[in-house]
Amino acid sequence: MNVANESVARHAPPGAHGQAHGPAQKQYIIGFALAILLTVIPFALVMSHTVAGTPLVIAGFAVAQILVHVVYFLHVDTSEEKRWNLMALLYTGVMVFIVIGGSLWIMHHLYVNMVPHAMHGQVWK
Amino acid sequence: MSSDPTVLHRGSLVLKPGYADHAGDALRDLRESGDAVDFQLDHHHDVASTIQLGFWIYLMSDCLLFSGLFATYALLSSHTAGGPAGSQLFNLPDVLTETMFLLFSSFTCGLATLAMNADRRNATVGWLAVTFLLGLGFIGMEVREFAHMVAIGAGPDRSAFLSSFFTLVATHGLHVTCGLIFMAVMMVAVLKKGLTPTNRARLVNLSLFWHFLDIIWVGVFSLVYLFGVAH
Repeated sequence: MNVANESVARHAPPGAHGQAHGPAQKQYIIGFALAILLTVIPFALVMSHTVAGTPLVIAGFAVAQILVHVVYFLHVDTSEEKRWNLMALLYTGVMVFIVIGGSLWIMHHLYVNMVPHAMHGQVWK
Repeated sequence: MSSDPTVLHRGSLVLKPGYADHAGDALRDLRESGDAVDFQLDHHHDVASTIQLGFWIYLMSDCLLFSGLFATYALLSSHTAGGPAGSQLFNLPDVLTETMFLLFSSFTCGLATLAMNADRRNATVGWLAVTFLLGLGFIGMEVREFAHMVAIGAGPDRSAFLSSFFTLVATHGLHVTCGLIFMAVMMVAVLKKGLTPTNRARLVNLSLFWHFLDIIWVGVFSLVYLFGVAH
């Protein structure tokens, strides 16, 4: 097979080619600004010891920033062309949720039912 | 087929507006790459998007690898075995600097992609070089942090917490290191051969990889460092 077949940028719609800088560049700048904001705020909150319920707040900022990266940097959208990328991403999201959530859930029950003192810090000596 | 450029006129793209531009670009790429002409534009398109989807699926499987490490860390992070806890070890200003290195590098990597789309070869290499240096700064800070932790007796063998910490964070660092090698290779490739179709496809994959690593890092600084200090 000819290696020259592997072009990617070539199938940008005609016209988009010459002016690729316009909307695409704006996307990166918006994404970058949002990412900075969603990074600095949780750091500031933790470093100044301000918030109650911090873990939930941190998790919220993390999820928001991940979404910003996916949309503005990875350019995943609902277009026909990106359909399979989106499907693979959603499937991965479900798998990640099952792996992390499932592990925490199972191990939590294991500790509660089998090692009563483990939840209070001292696990083993 | 043959090296006759008229073969390009066969694809179904003939009727699409802007076709002439595409054919012209494709021909120029072929001249640059110096390879035999043996393709049609439709085929060309399919192969490129298939390669990109394949790389995307690799990234998704990498994501699952990290989800296992994140779950392990979440479960073991309280098991300090009498050793130091995260709140005694982590230095948030340093972590914020590392995060900024990676975030800025993600942005400059995007600028490299834009330069590539605008056919600006030198700008592409330039932004890749900036991205590379920022990535190197990140790795440098991480290595320094690890060395410091090992030096004060908080190495991976100290506790389950530290084992899982080093496994998770170093696996990410290893990915970044691989990304830096990939980037160095691409800078040389673009300088030597120009923005050929092959190099373009690889640059797109490189930028996906780099952005993906930044996403993983968002999980790391949130779960490991911010949770660790907040607790």
